[in-house]
Amino acid sequence: MKEIAISLRNIVKAYRKYSSKHRFNTLKSAFIDGTIFRDFKPEEVFMAVNNVSLDIEKGKTVGILGENGSGKSTLLKIIAGIIRPNRGTVITKGRISALIELGAGFHPEISGRENIFINGIILGLTKKEIKEKYDEIVRFAELEDFIEQPVKTYSSGMFMRLGFSVAINVNPDILLVDEVLAVGDASFVPKCIDKINEFKRSGKTIVFVSHDLETVARITDEAIWMKKGQIVMRGYPRQVVDTYLQDISEKEESKHKEEKKEESIPVDNKRWGDKSVEITSVKIKDLTGKEKFIYSPEDGMIVELEVKANEEKDDFGFGIGILNGEGHVVYGTNTFLENLMGKKLKKGLHKVVFKIPKLNLINGFYFIDVASHSKDGTPYDYHHLLHKFRVDSNKRDVGVYRINHQWNFDDGIEFRKY
Amino acid sequence: MFIIEKIKTIYRSRLLISNLVSRELKARYRGSVLGFLWTFLNPLLLMLVYTLAFGIILKPRYPIPELKTALDYSLFLFTGLLPWIWFSSSIIEAGNVLSIHGALIKKVLFPVEVLPIMTVTANFINFLLGLPILILFFIILGHPLTWYVFFSIPVMIIQFFFTLGLAFLVAALTVHFKDVQNLIANLLTLWFFGTPIIYPFNFEPILKSKIIKTALLLNPFTHIVEGYQYSFFFGSLPHWKKLSVTFIISLLFFLGGYYFFDRVKDTFAEEV
Repeated sequence: MKEIAISLRNIVKAYRKYSSKHRFNTLKSAFIDGTIFRDFKPEEVFMAVNNVSLDIEKGKTVGILGENGSGKSTLLKIIAGIIRPNRGTVITKGRISALIELGAGFHPEISGRENIFINGIILGLTKKEIKEKYDEIVRFAELEDFIEQPVKTYSSGMFMRLGFSVAINVNPDILLVDEVLAVGDASFVPKCIDKINEFKRSGKTIVFVSHDLETVARITDEAIWMKKGQIVMRGYPRQVVDTYLQDISEKEESKHKEEKKEESIPVDNKRWGDKSVEITSVKIKDLTGKEKFIYSPEDGMIVELEVKANEEKDDFGFGIGILNGEGHVVYGTNTFLENLMGKKLKKGLHKVVFKIPKLNLINGFYFIDVASHSKDGTPYDYHHLLHKFRVDSNKRDVGVYRINHQWNFDDGIEFRKY
Repeated sequence: MFIIEKIKTIYRSRLLISNLVSRELKARYRGSVLGFLWTFLNPLLLMLVYTLAFGIILKPRYPIPELKTALDYSLFLFTGLLPWIWFSSSIIEAGNVLSIHGALIKKVLFPVEVLPIMTVTANFINFLLGLPILILFFIILGHPLTWYVFFSIPVMIIQFFFTLGLAFLVAALTVHFKDVQNLIANLLTLWFFGTPIIYPFNFEPILKSKIIKTALLLNPFTHIVEGYQYSFFFGSLPHWKKLSVTFIISLLFFLGGYYFFDRVKDTFAEEV
């Protein structure tokens, strides 16, 4: 039997919802109606955490993910002891340090040095312990030159570094991290992650709440997915992250469909041409033929046009363009450019399919422009910024396009899995 | 048991309290030119204002043997003003100490009761720093000080518990009802004039009206302030029985306030 560091049993936390009636409740009415004590008890409630039981083994790094309002931060605060649950028991073993808001409790008027001491004491260190760790705290925060200045003169990055540095040096047995890494400057975040990894190696228990799914998948041993105050899945991080992502995509797909329904009539400045060859519908599908909105860079795509020729044509062609969210053309082509000369287009309905075996795009929103036009470029029907899709990539590479590539190293260069 | 458990909590937090208090005192005048001098200047200036208003402009109509001159009056006034400043500042600050330090309550595991204790203690130290000035004034003006001065120490203890009890109550109520803060500011003004600070208890109009006299007797702060006035200004302590009762009332205030604070403190993290 492995040692359990954190044990939660049937945790329930309800928040009071304020109706407008309640919000204007003042002392006067509280005394007059005798509601003063009732006001301290919630009536209409929002279940932030709903009957959660959870055991976390000592030495494990656990990530909690979920959408905003899913109760993950509340759960973390309950573990930390900051919020007391309405029902259920919390048992934790060892000293806890919670990185929930960095620098909480810093006093702006006094110096960084004085704040280190007072913050250390707030976090449960003794004066002696702080003295021993003082140099390390200052060095880690990279604030050697500013430590005697009042904290109000610090930039937000400096403030955050100092907060992180103090909290991490509490040397806890259990470290709770809530989203704090999201605010750091680019050079400091890897340092924080290194530090967290160091904690991990020395066998400490870490609970990690983050929206940065990549970090969760990379540094945790186990992931928990919370939804509406309950744990819906627990398991291998990659698996949980993927299932979670899928759930989000599905939700957004349906949202996108609804939005599309609402704006089914195209706006004038987004569509032009004499409509002699009309594009009546544009469908964006994955390679299996299913209509989709969100794609991964590895996915392929089919753009299916339904074309209605209102008269027979011999001068015609089709074009397509992919634009990124900023409006830059990522790629554009047409049938003329690919040496296809229009010969005959019969009157009636036709289907045109443009197939992309692999998207190779980076994270973001994209638009697809489509057109039917003559050889000299006169459009018959042009759809501009009317069709949209999204690429969700767990990689954070930059640019407009993910070029096919490969890294090669000789034997003298080694990497560890990050 | 509630009392023992709470004494343990406070004892465990002693390092935290002492550091918060010193931070509070350090930060208070940081950035001002005169800095720490304001600790002394504030009550001094206030005393001058009151001496001017009540001792010189509105000359007391019913002179009391010990308060013949404006200088005597200013000494008497200063004696009562110092403990009042400690009391009223503590209560006013208690009204917003929880929201000022909201980040601590919401984001850090933190014994919340430390905050009102910090407020009252910081103001107590301010009060103690004012005492040398008071004594200096007694010496300069040639007013004799007796050994009764040391009886002010139990009076301080009584005042400490009384103030802390009320501070707990005000701090807890303000979290849920912002109105308390406005209410308190006005109540304190009334309370100030309803306490024998700018006039002595045996001021003739008071002794004449039974209602006012009873009201003053029921005001615990009357006996506390009189404790200072007797031990410093008059050099006697004739009202020790009333003071003992005040001590018990102060303890009840403290326990009641702390108990109420403790009952509702779980709601602070959500409401602050």
